[in-house]
Amino acid sequence: MNKKVIQWIIWVLVFCGILLGISIFSLCIGSSGIPFKKIISLIIEGKGTTEYSIIFDLRLPRIILGFAVGGALSLAGVVLQGMFRNPLVEPYTLGISGGAALGVCLNIVLKMNRIGGVLSIPASGFLGAIVVILIVYSLSTRKGLLKIQGLLLTGVMISFISSSLIMLIMALSRTEDLHSIVFWIMGSLEESSWLLIKVALLVSIFGLIISYLFCFELNAFSLGEEEAQHLGVNIEKTKRLLFILASVLTGCSVSVAGIIGFVGLVVPHFVRMFVGADHRILLICSFLSGATFLIFCDTLARIIISPLELPVGVITGILGGSLFVYALTKRGVVL
Amino acid sequence: MNNTILEVKDLVCGYRTFFLKDISFKVKTGEFFGIIGPNGSGKTTLLRAITRVLKPKKEEIYFEGKNIWQMRLKELAKKIAVVSQNPGISFVTVEDFVLLGRIPHYKKFQFLETKEDLEIAKRCMALTDILKIQDQPVGEISGGERQLALIARALCQEPKLLLLDEPTTHLDITHQTKILDLIKKLNKEFKLTVIMVLHDLNLASEYCNRLLLMSEGRVYKIGSPQEVLTYQVIEEVYKTVVVVDKSPLSSRPYIFVVTEEERQKRGEKRKI
Repeated sequence: MNKKVIQWIIWVLVFCGILLGISIFSLCIGSSGIPFKKIISLIIEGKGTTEYSIIFDLRLPRIILGFAVGGALSLAGVVLQGMFRNPLVEPYTLGISGGAALGVCLNIVLKMNRIGGVLSIPASGFLGAIVVILIVYSLSTRKGLLKIQGLLLTGVMISFISSSLIMLIMALSRTEDLHSIVFWIMGSLEESSWLLIKVALLVSIFGLIISYLFCFELNAFSLGEEEAQHLGVNIEKTKRLLFILASVLTGCSVSVAGIIGFVGLVVPHFVRMFVGADHRILLICSFLSGATFLIFCDTLARIIISPLELPVGVITGILGGSLFVYALTKRGVVL
Repeated sequence: MNNTILEVKDLVCGYRTFFLKDISFKVKTGEFFGIIGPNGSGKTTLLRAITRVLKPKKEEIYFEGKNIWQMRLKELAKKIAVVSQNPGISFVTVEDFVLLGRIPHYKKFQFLETKEDLEIAKRCMALTDILKIQDQPVGEISGGERQLALIARALCQEPKLLLLDEPTTHLDITHQTKILDLIKKLNKEFKLTVIMVLHDLNLASEYCNRLLLMSEGRVYKIGSPQEVLTYQVIEEVYKTVVVVDKSPLSSRPYIFVVTEEERQKRGEKRKI
């Protein structure tokens, strides 16, 4: 085995270790602290106790959802940054989150969740995301060719339009609706439906597998589209598939957990600093560290003003943004 | 006929404001074929058509008798490699950069290089004399070394035909000759067919077997350097006064520029 592969395996193990550590930390800590030793005994014989239900009904679902959403957002970030060769692209730049948020706002204001039940909110978020994806995609396709720069600009504009529409809705809506809208927009990993958590988990893992099939294409893209074609990459097909993949990953995450910014932008950059730009390792490590980052931020959100809870999107923004600025000034990183 | 590696037939293609018109030519296996012409005459556009980046009106470009538009891109990338003018540079090491050239050879669900891939990359780096910088990041090596790394990456594709777009621009005379000597060596020893766009007419004259001179999107003349590089032809196409002599060593044409001062001194009356 060559040196590079051994190095990669070590990196994956390190990132897995950190993920595991943070997850256990997150299981133990909270408004009622449960020591790690007790968790093990709870698994064996604790069924029915309050502590058992705190761990398995409250904290574990959040950790799993954090794993799925953090991984998916970070993966979408890597894919988009690789495809656009632009370090500022993140899943939300393409307007997907705006669409999802608009869908949810409409749902809340029009009281559709009373008819459709709990699942109608994520469903409307996903629907909003899909509509935006279709609009952005069709606006930036000319003569069957997907124009990358056009895609970016259209995405940013759609993003602006939808946030203005959301503000319009908020200005016109009543106080109780306003509260639900604001709460949803700020993002949260609290999700009562196991079905949604399972769906999010499946989607993000499938996303990782599918994007991994394109790791060489993404590496070739780093040289530019034309060069990638010289290396035998069917650029139109690849761009289309990767765009759809990133959109589905983002759409799913947003509709389950609301808008959680910065994960898709910051995490890939950090991981790139450590493991390098080869997508064969970058994809896996970004997924793992995106998951770790979100679980960690969610834990902070739970404990900072416990027993009350902060929106996790706020924590990811503050923490991710400041860490990123720090890294930039410290290492003079070339983006 | 079997000897022809690339045939372009009545090619019409281009952008909204610029078009190549009725370009036809054949390149033989093992040839060192130069494409020359003034800025904006369509040299790079022609290369882009040959590499399927630009879609022509009529899809009639044949590689070894097969229409390239009916070949799979991966197959094409195993046959034709390109060293382009403004390549994107990623932040990987030189070795990993060269290994990108193996992408068309990877099988489905293959994620790691095989021993063979690594050996081929080593050989290509040895040929281009960049083994000693293989662990440096591509972004930090000099322009000449970068050009060598690009050639090594192209060779890693194990192509039959190598296309180069002005590989010596911005390089000093040492690197210019180093790179062209290397390509000549590959052409001779490995029977690699080379099609190269060149700006420097003297380099083109020295290195190429045949030249294609383009002017305003058309083929102006195809032939040996002796046939193409005459002062009449150059003055007509480039709108510049030149003196053409023979190189004392290779007796190939050598072009001297004539300054305006010199022209006035000698009472040059010709209006170009």
